[in-house]
Amino acid sequence: MVVKVYGPAFASPKRVLVCLVEKEVEFETVPVDLIKGEHKHPDYLKLQPFGTVPVTQDGDYTLFESRAIIRYYAEKYKSQGTDLLGKTIEERGQVENWLEVEAQNFHPPVFNLTFQIMFTPILGIPTDEKLIKESEEKLDKVFDVYEERLSKNKYLAGDFFSLADLSHLPFTQYLVCQMGKEYMIRDRKHVSAWWDDISNRPSWKKVLELYPAPGA
Amino acid sequence: MVVKVYGCPFASPRRVLVCLVEKEIEFETVPVDLFKAEHKGPEFLKLQPFGTVPVTQDGDYTLYESRAIIRHYAEKYKSQGTNLLGKTIEEKGQVENWLEVEAHNFHPPIFNLTVESLFHPMLGIPGDEKLIKENEEKLAKVLDVYEERLSKNKYLAGDFFSLADLSQLPFTELLVSLMEKQYMIRNRKHVSAWWDDISNRPSWKKVLDLYPAPDSKNWTRFNNFHV
Repeated sequence: MVVKVYGPAFASPKRVLVCLVEKEVEFETVPVDLIKGEHKHPDYLKLQPFGTVPVTQDGDYTLFESRAIIRYYAEKYKSQGTDLLGKTIEERGQVENWLEVEAQNFHPPVFNLTFQIMFTPILGIPTDEKLIKESEEKLDKVFDVYEERLSKNKYLAGDFFSLADLSHLPFTQYLVCQMGKEYMIRDRKHVSAWWDDISNRPSWKKVLELYPAPGA
Repeated sequence: MVVKVYGCPFASPRRVLVCLVEKEIEFETVPVDLFKAEHKGPEFLKLQPFGTVPVTQDGDYTLYESRAIIRHYAEKYKSQGTNLLGKTIEEKGQVENWLEVEAHNFHPPIFNLTVESLFHPMLGIPGDEKLIKENEEKLAKVLDVYEERLSKNKYLAGDFFSLADLSQLPFTELLVSLMEKQYMIRNRKHVSAWWDDISNRPSWKKVLDLYPAPDSKNWTRFNNFHV
């Protein structure tokens, strides 16, 4: 069964795509034009009532929220492709810990930066410079914690690549490319090495090649 | 091994406590004085570098982020207590879906409401009426989606109680009690029935009984309160 993934041009759906590539799960994509507001259209809201991307459809099994989707497929296909959940219950707990760190600490400021810097100009709405400054300061503090963590562990959950690292790929890619804030990564020795490692994985390069970001 | 839970009686730690009660896991609690900014002090930051509660310690195994902790214990103790993850991989996927909905759609507005209409006034800072109005509107939209979902399913992930419902308990409790916004629940028939069901579970009543929220008398010690 081929998994359908909605919204591939955008960041959160890429979280799902890179996971599916790592797990060697076949997929096809369905474009959703966020710039034209397609995600708020009644037909889309029947699929995802909160009006965000991605959604996945696997036969008649529908899921939304990218971090739910990646957990589901990483578990369902545990025995094929890359192991993204660690080998023991305790390792999995560390994966969950750092995936939640990404969702609760990293994502809010990097999302604000993404929206303000990349999307307000396209959408023709005023850019909030104060929010950009505050968000960068918050993100700096998060990266300081990552620097400390990665000075002791090769990856966030331990010595193994996992969903916790993978989940950082899409928005960090925006940060270093489209947003011109590569210094936030490069000024930190261990974060820099970690970024080079995870962003050079063949799975991520494949996703970027197949589904360039809008305006990339 | 008894699990240590730091940060009671605040909301996110209660998410962990109710899960441990459902899973019949023994625990002990360690208070963290958020009013004295203990969570931003160097000792606590060694445990939790982002300076938030809860943290759990299980022997030498430390975890933080409440939704990571509840996933870990629900899985580790799958065979005892209440099943909180569904019976199949597909059911578990639905649990994950709606737990993520809680984290990304429900939590931000209800957390902002908690800060503006509860914490700030108690700290002598006027609540920002504009923010309260905006967040209440956002939360109302989320609850409309829940109403639709719960008109077709007894619980959020399906016909079984799960982590997805459990995760909503702590802040919804604050909404209907201290924040006095019970109408947001009661004006929605299916959300109302669902709330009655989950908030009357013995596990939740036990957590409320053992770890009551700080009431207005306790909120007088405001030095350096950091949310």
